[in-house]
Amino acid sequence: MDKIPILRMGDLLLVTIQVDLYDRIAEALEADLVQMINKTGAQGVLIDISAVSIIDSFMGRIIGNIATMSKVLDAETVVVGMQPAVAITLVELGLPLNGVLTALNVEKGMTLLRTKIDIKYNGSDDGNTE
Amino acid sequence: MVTLNKESMSVTREVDVIPFRNRLKEMATKIGMGLVNQTKLITAASELSRNMLRYANGGLITLEVVSKGRENGIRLTFKDEGPGIANIEQAMKDGFSTGKSLGLGLPGTRRLVSDFQIDSKVGVGTVVTIVKWKNG
Repeated sequence: MDKIPILRMGDLLLVTIQVDLYDRIAEALEADLVQMINKTGAQGVLIDISAVSIIDSFMGRIIGNIATMSKVLDAETVVVGMQPAVAITLVELGLPLNGVLTALNVEKGMTLLRTKIDIKYNGSDDGNTE
Repeated sequence: MVTLNKESMSVTREVDVIPFRNRLKEMATKIGMGLVNQTKLITAASELSRNMLRYANGGLITLEVVSKGRENGIRLTFKDEGPGIANIEQAMKDGFSTGKSLGLGLPGTRRLVSDFQIDSKVGVGTVVTIVKWKNG
């Protein structure tokens, strides 16, 4: 069965989805990622979906689940590189991925994750730790 | 509406959805459908094929290139012999699901395509037909 690799980079986990998603792969990724966060104590997860041309309600829900589950395990998730056509379709479908942090590309996603993790440990200037 | 090209694919396992999506993309590209409309069409098709697999253990998908006037488009027919939908009106509402899903599949799909028709008989099966025009 196809499997999406999860790479560890310091306290971050990197996932680059390069295959056509179907339900079972997406579900396996969700389970693997949660396991991996638990095992490595990762602080952040970066999911690159720039090669994904279709996200329907099921896969959208899995992405939302991953973000929520990571949050519960004390890790931030950022989804990067969504294709414009996918963004348009998701919103029309009725799945705006509320609560999922996104960034335009990997670089910006990394910066966002770093900022989020820094705020958590050092506190932000305005005292808001969320 | 005139059918220019017609083929069928049977979808009985989850992995069958991938060749179907690829074939659909090929057809949509061939008639010159733009990327956004292609994505909407394939997403809609993905929702409907999942429904078919989940509730009816699969079925038959017919892909057609159709034309009306100067407009070309793609018509997909999803036919299954599953349990059927007792209350279509309810199934078409956002947030309603008899399964564990979010209930976005049918109403969301309708928003993504140009034309959407559903016909279902309890105990006989369900037929969903969608049309996406090249520029629609």
